[in-house]
Amino acid sequence: MTEHIDSIRTYALVLLALLVLTAVTTLVAFVDLGEFSVVVALAIAVCKMLLVALFFMHVRHSTKLTKLVLLGGLLWLVILLMLTLSDFTTRGWIGVPGR
Amino acid sequence: MITAAVPEREDYLNVSHGLKSWLLTKDHKRIGLLYLATITLFFFLGGVFATVIRIELLTPGGGLVSSETYNKLFTMHGVTMIFFFLLPSIPAVFGNFFLPMMIGARDLAFPRINLLSWYLLVVGGLFALFAMLAGGVDTGWTFYTPYSTTYSNTWVIATALGIFVAGFSSILTGLNFIVTIHRMRAPGMTWFRMPLFVWAHYATALIQVLGTPVLAVTIVLVFCERVFHIGIFDPALGGDPVLFQHLFWFYSHPAVYIMILPAMGVVSELVSTFSRKAIFGYRIVAFSSVAIAVLGFLVWGHHMFVSGQSLFAGMAFSFLSYFVAIPSAIKVFNWTATLYKGSISYATPMLYAFGFIGLFTMGGLTGLFVAALGIDVHVTDTYFVVAHFHYIMVGGAIMGYMGGLHYWWPKMTGRMYPEGWAKLSALVIFLGFNLTFFPQFILGYLGMPRRYHTYPAEFQILHVLSTAGASVLAVGYAIPMIYFAWSLRYGKVAGANPWGATGLEWKTASPPPLHNFDKIPVVTHDAYDYSTVVGEAVEVG
Repeated sequence: MTEHIDSIRTYALVLLALLVLTAVTTLVAFVDLGEFSVVVALAIAVCKMLLVALFFMHVRHSTKLTKLVLLGGLLWLVILLMLTLSDFTTRGWIGVPGR
Repeated sequence: MITAAVPEREDYLNVSHGLKSWLLTKDHKRIGLLYLATITLFFFLGGVFATVIRIELLTPGGGLVSSETYNKLFTMHGVTMIFFFLLPSIPAVFGNFFLPMMIGARDLAFPRINLLSWYLLVVGGLFALFAMLAGGVDTGWTFYTPYSTTYSNTWVIATALGIFVAGFSSILTGLNFIVTIHRMRAPGMTWFRMPLFVWAHYATALIQVLGTPVLAVTIVLVFCERVFHIGIFDPALGGDPVLFQHLFWFYSHPAVYIMILPAMGVVSELVSTFSRKAIFGYRIVAFSSVAIAVLGFLVWGHHMFVSGQSLFAGMAFSFLSYFVAIPSAIKVFNWTATLYKGSISYATPMLYAFGFIGLFTMGGLTGLFVAALGIDVHVTDTYFVVAHFHYIMVGGAIMGYMGGLHYWWPKMTGRMYPEGWAKLSALVIFLGFNLTFFPQFILGYLGMPRRYHTYPAEFQILHVLSTAGASVLAVGYAIPMIYFAWSLRYGKVAGANPWGATGLEWKTASPPPLHNFDKIPVVTHDAYDYSTVVGEAVEVG
């Protein structure tokens, strides 16, 4: 199996993008977006994660099995967050008798 | 007549000598034995804690130890047994030793990482041991917040650090198994020719890799809050104490399947070998392992019905929990169907397999009780739950472990154990186990809470029965320790395939050579095809 190697230029651009996104995260933290603060911060974090995984970790040129492993990990993270939030967001839905 | 001296056959045990040859070994079989020695020590330690607990509970007044000491005893019993015995037990000992052999490989994919994972378990164990000697920890093995983060004055961080390190041992073992199964199968060993033990370990490895990191993260968060007062779980600091339980059980419920799935893999091998039939519905049994691994991640909230979790989430988790019963029941029914018209022999490993099937069924069915919202409110944190999970972990996982130990002992050591003593001890363990834990179902249903060392006098008779059973159980576990040690020197020399079994591990000498096979086998048959072993020696007692 031959390893695909990206050019130095590509890596430099990805590094630059990561640094810019880090700066954006910091700057946004000083702006009051209300509920959307978390959404924006997480959206930027997901972009950075994708850049690292696809370029630095070579997932872009990896086998389908490697991509499946990555998707599996992400799916499990979604399970953890979704089912935990199924508790947190619904605590007011059904009242507890006596309270 | 002059005969030339027969040179001793070279195997993995005599190929090199000395402590260094063991501590730096990269041979999966020797690493398996290192694990065996390590977890046996922890099993003994956990057993000592259990013994003091049971003696304390003989009388309702609680005179033997103080409440604080009792809290530490059940915590250290749980921590030792779960993290340092049960989780590594079957995967790290038999998985390490036999998974490569069963798929016709010479070793695991990453032998050095395999040795590293043993060292991680030892280092983690030493941390926990230090905490125990320094004064112990009293949070319960569950480390619930806010007690563990804010109030407990015991060795929480040292113990948690030990579990954190041991967790990486588990992750690396799982990773090694996954890569080995994908990359190292012998020619002809297709996925659906693999023994069900290997399928069970594949499913187990998925849980180890996907679940254990969450436990590690949770421990780090507890550390951050306890030491740096960063608000994660403490409402006063903006945290949520129930979040801890979510994160903890996201790992710790699937962790139960890390304990039971490998035992199910062992039982599949035993039921097939000792009824000389292919497992009924091989593919569905293989897939049921993966199904248990996946569904096991969707049910953790059933540990939290009375925690303050929302009722809506409680209903969802209760509903989802019932789904795990389906693949579990498939296994039990298919093992039973395999027995039908089989040529059954009652050798010791098969006695353990029968024990597993019966006790696991009871543990599983009472699991449905506690998965039901209404009943669980009544029995939460009572001895009913204690009895339920001991039926799964001791009646299930340890029965599978003991069955596997007897089944593969001749392969690991080249010697047979004494069958009569082994059958006797299997029977003693079965009786002792039921006498210990069945009364606890009744105790719990009547309202005896867990983790208390004083109780109303009317519960005493059931506690006395339970303690009597624990004494019988201790004798049952002591007998094998003696005869296994005895057999190393005096046991009958075992042939390559004493049970007439079909797995590739039986196609090589006992004990196996360093690289398992003189020539890598080419697989041409399905697993459990008994036409391939007709005429091979069967030494079934």
